[in-house]
Amino acid sequence: MSATRIRREALSLDEVIQIVARPEAGAIATFLGVVRNMNDGRAVSLLEYEAYGTMAEAELQRILEELEREIPGVRVAATHRIGALHVGDVAVACAASAPHRGEAFRACRELIDRIKARLPIWKREHGPDGPYWVGWEDARCTPDHGEHEHHAHAHHAHDEKR
Amino acid sequence: MSNTVRLLAFAGARDVLGASELVFPLDAPCTAEELLHHVCSRFPALVPYRRSIRVAVNGAYAGPDEEVRSGDEVALIPPVAGG
Repeated sequence: MSATRIRREALSLDEVIQIVARPEAGAIATFLGVVRNMNDGRAVSLLEYEAYGTMAEAELQRILEELEREIPGVRVAATHRIGALHVGDVAVACAASAPHRGEAFRACRELIDRIKARLPIWKREHGPDGPYWVGWEDARCTPDHGEHEHHAHAHHAHDEKR
Repeated sequence: MSNTVRLLAFAGARDVLGASELVFPLDAPCTAEELLHHVCSRFPALVPYRRSIRVAVNGAYAGPDEEVRSGDEVALIPPVAGG
């Protein structure tokens, strides 16, 4: 494992491409998640990302190992930025290589989906109504409401990076 | 000397607890689910969010029945929003 993958510095797509590139790979699929100017109809000027750093590194490592186990011939890499990000800044960079494009696209898609579902990273939006944690108020339920699985709300609201 | 865990809270959960880290008493070994219940009892403002909070023990997501022991690092993980 190389330098920390969760970091405050600007991300480089080239870096993750270089990690997965190899002679057997005829395809490299990449994904960049970029801060955009609107979320849920609200203007966004600044996103503050924070991570549970040690766990985020460990969970990302687990995701990378899983995918390379699940999809034969695939190699994957990703980095995630934290700190204060502005519109247009790259928040996450992913790359997947494979002998052919089908597996490369599939692995890249799985990679970003698992990162979004599992890395312990949060963002605080700063817009006209003041700061708030993305996804937190959506998570509010009536006490002992019962039927919701853990985390059931986390996926629907903010798919802003696609 | 009583048994404790190191309790970490992030994002919205940290705002509710008023601290990013605290020492939380552990009367006896318990499950991750039970620990979350104890934390909610001490911080009732967390109750409405309880079902959305996942528990991590020593840096990995814990199943509800996973055991928590004295000295563990336990984290409250609100809905994540990376990417």
